[in-house]
Amino acid sequence: MKRTGHAGGGLVFALTFASACQPDEMAVGPAAKATASVAPNVYVNIRNDGIVEIYCHRSEMGQGIRTSLPQVIADELEADWDKIEVIQAIGHEKYGDQNTDGSTSIRNHFDLLRNAGATARDMMIAAAAEMWAVPADECVARGHAVHHEGSGKSAGYGELVETADGMPQPESATFKAREDYRYIGKPMDTIDGLAFTTGRAMYGTDTVLPNMLYASIERCPAFGGTVTSFDDAAARAVAGVVDVIRMPEPTSPPLFNIQGGIAVLGSNTWSSTEGRKALEIEWDRGVNAEHESKAYREGLVASASAPGTTVLARGDADTETHSQFEAVYYTPYLAQAPMEPPAATAVVNDDGSCEVWASTQDPQTARATVAATLGIDKEQVTMNVTLLGGGFGRKSKPDFIAEAAWLARETGRPVKVAWSREDDIRHGYFHSVSAQYYRAGMDADGTTQSWLQRSSFPSIFSTFAPDVNGPSGFELDLGLLDAPWNVPNMRIETCEAKAHLRIGWLRSVCNVFHAFGSCSFVDELAHAKGKDPKEHLLEMIGPARNIDPADADAKYTNYGHELAKHPVATGRLSAVAEKVADMAEWGRELPDGHGLGIAAHRSFLSYVATVAEVSVDEQGKLIVHELWIAIDAGTVVNPDRVHSQLEGAGIFGMSLALHGELTTKNGAVVEGNFDSYPMVRMSEAPAEIHTHIMESDAPPGGVGEPGVPPVAPAIVNAYFAASGKRLRELPLRNAGLT
Amino acid sequence: MAIKFELNGESVNLDVDPAMPLLWAIRDVAGLTGTKFGCGKALCGSCTVHINGQPMRSCVVPASVAEDAKVTTIEGLTEDGNHPVQVAWRELNVAQCGYCQSGQIMSAVALLERTPNPSDADIDEAMSGNICRCGTYTRIRKAIHRAAGDKS
Repeated sequence: MKRTGHAGGGLVFALTFASACQPDEMAVGPAAKATASVAPNVYVNIRNDGIVEIYCHRSEMGQGIRTSLPQVIADELEADWDKIEVIQAIGHEKYGDQNTDGSTSIRNHFDLLRNAGATARDMMIAAAAEMWAVPADECVARGHAVHHEGSGKSAGYGELVETADGMPQPESATFKAREDYRYIGKPMDTIDGLAFTTGRAMYGTDTVLPNMLYASIERCPAFGGTVTSFDDAAARAVAGVVDVIRMPEPTSPPLFNIQGGIAVLGSNTWSSTEGRKALEIEWDRGVNAEHESKAYREGLVASASAPGTTVLARGDADTETHSQFEAVYYTPYLAQAPMEPPAATAVVNDDGSCEVWASTQDPQTARATVAATLGIDKEQVTMNVTLLGGGFGRKSKPDFIAEAAWLARETGRPVKVAWSREDDIRHGYFHSVSAQYYRAGMDADGTTQSWLQRSSFPSIFSTFAPDVNGPSGFELDLGLLDAPWNVPNMRIETCEAKAHLRIGWLRSVCNVFHAFGSCSFVDELAHAKGKDPKEHLLEMIGPARNIDPADADAKYTNYGHELAKHPVATGRLSAVAEKVADMAEWGRELPDGHGLGIAAHRSFLSYVATVAEVSVDEQGKLIVHELWIAIDAGTVVNPDRVHSQLEGAGIFGMSLALHGELTTKNGAVVEGNFDSYPMVRMSEAPAEIHTHIMESDAPPGGVGEPGVPPVAPAIVNAYFAASGKRLRELPLRNAGLT
Repeated sequence: MAIKFELNGESVNLDVDPAMPLLWAIRDVAGLTGTKFGCGKALCGSCTVHINGQPMRSCVVPASVAEDAKVTTIEGLTEDGNHPVQVAWRELNVAQCGYCQSGQIMSAVALLERTPNPSDADIDEAMSGNICRCGTYTRIRKAIHRAAGDKS
């Protein structure tokens, strides 16, 4: 049993945030009308004015978690939606896992959130029972109040605060039946809608503190390079420039540490960026100075084309077959490019403690990184989480937050570090470049008998450890070891690849290139066999069964979940493929020059299938007319946000399919802004993106990422259907199609 | 040097370098943070404001251009947040992360002022300067039609 008490820490935080950030009460922060409150747990604080504060411990970056998380808690708590206030939690281990990454907010926290609401509800019932001296099991919670059936007495939650304060709190409670849900599974309006449409929403870049300096940092063009010498005389002469400071040198491996460079600090953004332009810096470009993406690609393809390390094997993938088919696919480096570039503001107080406001996906890691950067205890760091202007994986890495904290201490003043777009695109944690090799063997009637796949890409682990030379660990979970294909002889290998940039993760991570290669190759096999691509896809997935990669000697970790709870269920993959084909009226007569393409992929414990309809106009430009997307994400909390995530995944997938590519020269990323690293715009957006959520009572799967992987192969397969031309590399603009 | 202009209906006198982009004058000096930085090169539209009624990318417009002009930002569009475009945006839950939406809304309002009943082609043309990385384009199209009075 836990003893309960007032949520002092949370309220202190909220008031600090209010004074420092001029927030809008519609976006964050409680009104101070209540005189007492009780906190059944760290996620819920019930005030005696009847308002239930819900602490959102996950970061909001567009997935709608500040709406769906309260939906779960409020449902179990029997709270009224118009009597809740959502407060963004600081980074603190008392909340459990806060790393908003891997599409985990609902799939890993659904039961925890239900328990937070249900135990709070039971506490209100216990308080009412004590107040009325009746047995608790004669009381029910409904409509933000507790009712006693026998006497007809009722008490609102606010009225029960005084009695509840100090009462023992059960650690677990009975959950509601699915049919009794009021909010879970219902489309709810985004709670930040008014703030979003009036300019009052506060992001990392919007923090303003008294006496604050604005920092702009010039970093070495090549990753890992250092400053040889610099002249800051001209920079210091720029109006408004207050200081020029050399940053700490980068570490190897880079981790989340500061990357070095020269910081210019000014009284506003313009003065610091103008001062930065006036810097003269000599660089030692370091060990990656020779990195050229064009030459690197050749090495990567060669690596994937030769035997590597076997990570999955069943039967004999080298068995002799009637015919063979092979192909190599290539995808380039990508940057996440959230619309809000990385931004953080920090202040270091006289006692050495530090307070930070940042658009971070991972506030606990950000807090620990700041503590390590400053050499202080993490208890001395307060990590406030703002809204994120997009994340897509970039804002899991708190290097920019460490920069702000370090500069705040150096200058003795509050400092805002706001990256430019060029900083973001050239100095990020990049999505891996990759090469995928496939070979399939068919018997005389066109049944696939063998499958050999080799995956080569520089690993995310190279960011955290020295001498990493190729894929490993969880990266193999991401659309590689869970291959759904019903092929008796299968071998999957990983191949060496050295890292020359900081490698990180981007929305759906390695699933991007694994799904692109696999779903393209399966489509190629269909055409080679003369079969309908959709029928062939279903044939390749095979009969409904649960796959355990361990049966093929693979070390598969299933996104951190037991296969018993979240199986690799091929029947669910087939079902979304069948559904999306129905939605798109697969097989219908198409206008001249149009083609349909299909792809299906499981990731983050959810199943998604996508159909694209494309054509090529007179100028040779690819048009994506419509997308159809079906998801089986198990139980969903806010269907409207699931639909919106799929619509967004359609556009995100189109951007990487059509346009996305970063190249390097002399170790430096060449592209820098949306002219050279283009995004899909309104003019390219499909006329419609049709989305469907499969009805399911299975445990929740991920939603934010799984929509992305099937988009590129669906488009490439549709282009083949329209043109007869097979494209085996992204982006398609390199084939002259944009 | 001081630049005098009308910002959201109020006269302001900002002591800024005349070459400073209006975006930074609005955000860092006037303290209105609803207008966003996205690219700094008029490539993404996050910083869109109205200057004398025209949608402009404030990240590349020098503050001096605003001299004696009427500048409207998202904060000044309405007092209560109930411009038909803002209402339609909320009814359709257009925003995901929300960051680009100030610029999207300012571009959409300008479109509807000159083309009250825009076609999809009109929308594509007027809105293609505004990037949304979350990918809310199909809802933006629907919201603009709704704001124009087409409830279908």
